[in-house]
Amino acid sequence: MKLYEYLGKELFDRYDIPIPRGKVVKSADEAAQATEELGEVVIKLQVLTGKRGKSGGIAFASSPAEAKVEAERILKMELGGFTAENLLVEEKIQIEQELYLALTVDGAAQRPVVLASLDGGMDVEDVAEDRMIRWTVDVTVGLQPYMVREICRQLGVGGKLQKEFVKFLPKLYRLFRELDAELAEINPLAVTPDGLIAADAKVTIDDDALYRHPQLPRIKEKTDLELKAEELDLAYVELEGDIAVMANGAGITMATLDMVQHYGGAPANFLDFGGGADVGKTAQALELLLGTNPKVLLINIFGGITRCDVVAEAFVRVKESKGIDLPVSFRLVGTNEAEGRTILEKVGIKTFNTMDDAVSHAVELTGTS
Amino acid sequence: MSIYINENTRVLVQGITGNQGTFHTAQMLSYGTKIVGGVTPGKGGQTVEKVPVYDTVFEAMEKEPAEASILFIPAPFAKDAALEALDAGVKILVLIPEHIPLHDAMDIMAHARQKDAVVVGPNTFGLVSSGSSKIGIMPSQYFIPGPVGVVSRSGTLCYEIIGHLTDNGVGTTTVVGLGGDRVVGLHFIDVLKKFEEDPATEAIILVGEIGGSSEEEAASFIKKSISKPVFAYLAGRSAPPGKRMGHAGAIIERGRGTFDSKVKALTEAGVDIADLPAALPRMIKPVLA
Repeated sequence: MKLYEYLGKELFDRYDIPIPRGKVVKSADEAAQATEELGEVVIKLQVLTGKRGKSGGIAFASSPAEAKVEAERILKMELGGFTAENLLVEEKIQIEQELYLALTVDGAAQRPVVLASLDGGMDVEDVAEDRMIRWTVDVTVGLQPYMVREICRQLGVGGKLQKEFVKFLPKLYRLFRELDAELAEINPLAVTPDGLIAADAKVTIDDDALYRHPQLPRIKEKTDLELKAEELDLAYVELEGDIAVMANGAGITMATLDMVQHYGGAPANFLDFGGGADVGKTAQALELLLGTNPKVLLINIFGGITRCDVVAEAFVRVKESKGIDLPVSFRLVGTNEAEGRTILEKVGIKTFNTMDDAVSHAVELTGTS
Repeated sequence: MSIYINENTRVLVQGITGNQGTFHTAQMLSYGTKIVGGVTPGKGGQTVEKVPVYDTVFEAMEKEPAEASILFIPAPFAKDAALEALDAGVKILVLIPEHIPLHDAMDIMAHARQKDAVVVGPNTFGLVSSGSSKIGIMPSQYFIPGPVGVVSRSGTLCYEIIGHLTDNGVGTTTVVGLGGDRVVGLHFIDVLKKFEEDPATEAIILVGEIGGSSEEEAASFIKKSISKPVFAYLAGRSAPPGKRMGHAGAIIERGRGTFDSKVKALTEAGVDIADLPAALPRMIKPVLA
């Protein structure tokens, strides 16, 4: 779960990580009011998509009147299909140098990794590999001061700034570990006359660990269908095409989409309804798909932990209660395959043995319907 | 010969009294796996499929020492169970559950490293030494002995590929599911190394997907250290960037982990990449003795 900048900064503040003074506002009038209190300000659109700066979502203002104009403009902006409910109005800080600092997970090392660079304030993708210091941390040891000193040495940071880092970085590490973050990124990390200040905050919390952080807000920047799928605990992603795809297992679902494309078709979605789903959940997944008005329905089941008879029964249940009047291409093999086929044959649905046959048939069907 | 496990490997099942634990204990026993005990706190003294159940892993290890353990434990409690197994001396730990928190996985891996233990998963179907022992949830009938080693990041897709091999009379030495999470114990390189050393493995299939960099790391390792023919299938050619495709690890982030980058790296390492899963048997047959 990605957090808005202002929420990330609230967490920073809780961990004693310095942030600029600021206020979250919902209207242009409130922005003007905040500017009255803060003096010269920067007004920042609160959306999860990056590139706010480039698209005009960040503006400076030196008077309440100016702030009002800018805030009005920014509140009307649409970025990546989303408009903002909130703006963050912050005091303009005196920046001497912009750095980059982040904690994330290094999958290969199976450890947290500190990423640090003197090239802050730009797209992190644009930072040259050799300008980015990477330091993985053994979780049984934790982030120790000597590690920070070594990171600083590699960065070429000494003196007073190094001492600042030794205080600063362990706080970010503690936040990262305690809040189950996948990413805690500060770009830019501002060097100011008052020390290091987090001028931005990008914090992502591990969805699988949200259950143990009831105090954290829940952010939803998803389409309605994606939200509904989440409620049903389905892995669902909307795509552009017209063939609705349902399969069991993430890998095989991806492979099914790839194969649709290989045969010249276009998938409408990614839907993995997982392993071992019961009739009810399978039927709900199916109903969700039908709600997207696809041209063709493609179901690809390789039953291991998933039982073919359960999928067949769910299909029949939906067909009888809601009606399924679009063409269907059904592949059904694996656990309880024979039982599943018998159930489907009774309602006139024939199944394929191979994924290739089912997919190429589905693509053919889009041409005829 | 086989890698990691064989017919003599003694196995514990943690969470044996749950639905999944009980079902798969029966499946594993009938495949030939030597399951010597189960663990469910508070259920000690019972039996499941004639397997004795203990309250703690330490107790199980005292009475029925085991090398391996497989976990059927809900994700929020998996870390405790995994650390318990490692602490009690288990050397091969198979983590079936999905949705184990990322930081828990890192804690488990750090502990495993100190104990010199191998962790398979999380979010894996497990591993199988074909024809002799399986520690996992894979459908048994497809896993017949033969000369091909298979290592995969996904489950059902791996079954699909093994299904094609089996239909064409091609069996497997060992099949290892790495798991679909961002932090997993074994990586392609670990398993490739074992396949290279295993005299029974004549050729290797790598089943990868978008996200992360383990295919790229595998590619540079193959280039340097693998003399056996390697084939690959990669899922996610059509996946849009920034979207998580079911697996926590299957996401193209910041332009990294793309399908093209993986294809390029593997092709440069001399790996033959199949367009479709069904193409693998006819690609691999000519290199088998």
